[in-house]
Amino acid sequence: MAPLFALLDCNNFYVSCERLFNPGLAGLPVVVLSNNDGCIIARSNEAKALGIKMGEPFFRCRDLIAAHQVQVFSSNYPLYGDLSQRVMEVLGQLEPEVEVYSIDEAFIRLPAAMPEALLANGRHLRATVKRQVGIPVSVGFGPTKTLAKIANRIAKQQPEHGGVFVLPEQGHDALLAAIEVGDVWGIGRRQSQKLRLGGIRTALDLKNANDTWLRKHLTVTGLRTSTELRGVSCLPLTDSPPAKQSITSSRSFGQPVTDLAGLHEALASYVAIAAAKLRAERLTAGCVQVYLTTNRFRAREPQYANSTTVSLALPTASTLELIRHAVAALGQLYRSGFAYQKVGVTLMDLGAASRGQPHLFCPPPKGGEALMTALDKVNTRWGRDTLHSGAEGFLRPWKNKQTMKSPSYTTSWHELPVVG
Amino acid sequence: MKLSPTIAAVYGFDRRTELKRPLFACGVSAGFPSPAEDYIKGRLDLNELMVQHPAATFFVRVAGDSMLGAGIHHDDILVVDRSLEPGHNKVVIAVVNGEMTVKRLFQQNGVVRLLAENPDYPPLELTEETACEIWGVVTFVVHSL
Repeated sequence: MAPLFALLDCNNFYVSCERLFNPGLAGLPVVVLSNNDGCIIARSNEAKALGIKMGEPFFRCRDLIAAHQVQVFSSNYPLYGDLSQRVMEVLGQLEPEVEVYSIDEAFIRLPAAMPEALLANGRHLRATVKRQVGIPVSVGFGPTKTLAKIANRIAKQQPEHGGVFVLPEQGHDALLAAIEVGDVWGIGRRQSQKLRLGGIRTALDLKNANDTWLRKHLTVTGLRTSTELRGVSCLPLTDSPPAKQSITSSRSFGQPVTDLAGLHEALASYVAIAAAKLRAERLTAGCVQVYLTTNRFRAREPQYANSTTVSLALPTASTLELIRHAVAALGQLYRSGFAYQKVGVTLMDLGAASRGQPHLFCPPPKGGEALMTALDKVNTRWGRDTLHSGAEGFLRPWKNKQTMKSPSYTTSWHELPVVG
Repeated sequence: MKLSPTIAAVYGFDRRTELKRPLFACGVSAGFPSPAEDYIKGRLDLNELMVQHPAATFFVRVAGDSMLGAGIHHDDILVVDRSLEPGHNKVVIAVVNGEMTVKRLFQQNGVVRLLAENPDYPPLELTEETACEIWGVVTFVVHSL
């Protein structure tokens, strides 16, 4: 028998993190909001049952939230990040081959085993993570990553399995028939539209689809997903994530920004975040895209959205250089008289830091390597934002309010949970 | 941002930091003096002493005096290890009716109680109706003098 895969996924992860230090939230509907309290990004099962949708703007469900006394939290990423690391650490102690896939998911590769043994293994993983870290998880087993993902979904959605589900090697077509094609891992919204036009509505349809048709309409990635659904593994367990194609940093404002100076500050600090990521990956960017938009949910207000992309003569990883280009681009995009909700930057044309050739007609850029190394060291040691470019501003009125954020229970001595 | 009084926020806790003190392998009466490096066996790390299971260890702050008898004072920091099995006589963090509390666990002959270590606080008998869960086992008290 071939080796197989498991997917461990934390249940309603952000909500579970909030509940760990606030046990009174058990059984209550709870939601967590995105940066700036914009949208719903996590829901407890009770909140799901009320009909609160994933990604829904917060203001749209205010009435529902008030009527059912839903507990609302701003996102607390230091807390979620710390608990995520703990979950992955415990998992790593139990399983040798683990790929951390996202903040709340990890793939595991296992040797072939009988279903009963897998079930016992899954229950042990689940119980150990729950006891040691306090986060409930679900585990799904399947012959491929795509099928493990489906098994995990079943483990989560059907309570009778107790959070662990092993996809039977044969005869799971009925299970696949119950899953919409858009819910299959790797099938995005555009692809699922194409598939539906071709009469492919469920995971089972996709499994049985014609290879030539798939390759033509969904390229080789669609064919790969279909092959994985047939039980043939195409996606190996990779320990390192694939190299990044682009780095984006953008956030909605806590309150609308109308003046160019405010947008400057915000953009400059997003560039600083993106540039630090760039350097951490030892990359340089040859292209900077800047975009800004008003709040499209406020249809009565004048709307404006635009973006521009600047190619740099010389690829760089310098925060100061990148800010200079981004701010110049923003100057072209900006129109007065609008209430802006979001500005962002995407660094593209990424390449190895070593590729830069000195340019005959370009002066050597400001913010050289030594300065950036010092900047990163200071900010790693003392916390992001300790040292930053003046262009990023100091008061930052546009910055995220996060009025309902829980304390940094695990990352600040001043905010430890209190016991009576 | 950093010009405002919130500058205190730069005091971050780095979990990788190790506070190392020299440990001398021999007593001071060891006789003939030798080069110092012969004596230094290693460095002591408080994390090593107090945190056996990093992924399962959390810190909590105490409010109140119900556990004075166990040497736990108001405002102390407790080291809590969730991976340990809660048993009779252990000091535990329990969740009672949605609130976190530190108490001594009494667990014998089918009787389960949460005991304070202060005569002013009555014991709490746990029955099937009490909503109670043991959150973790307390392993150390950090008390500042």
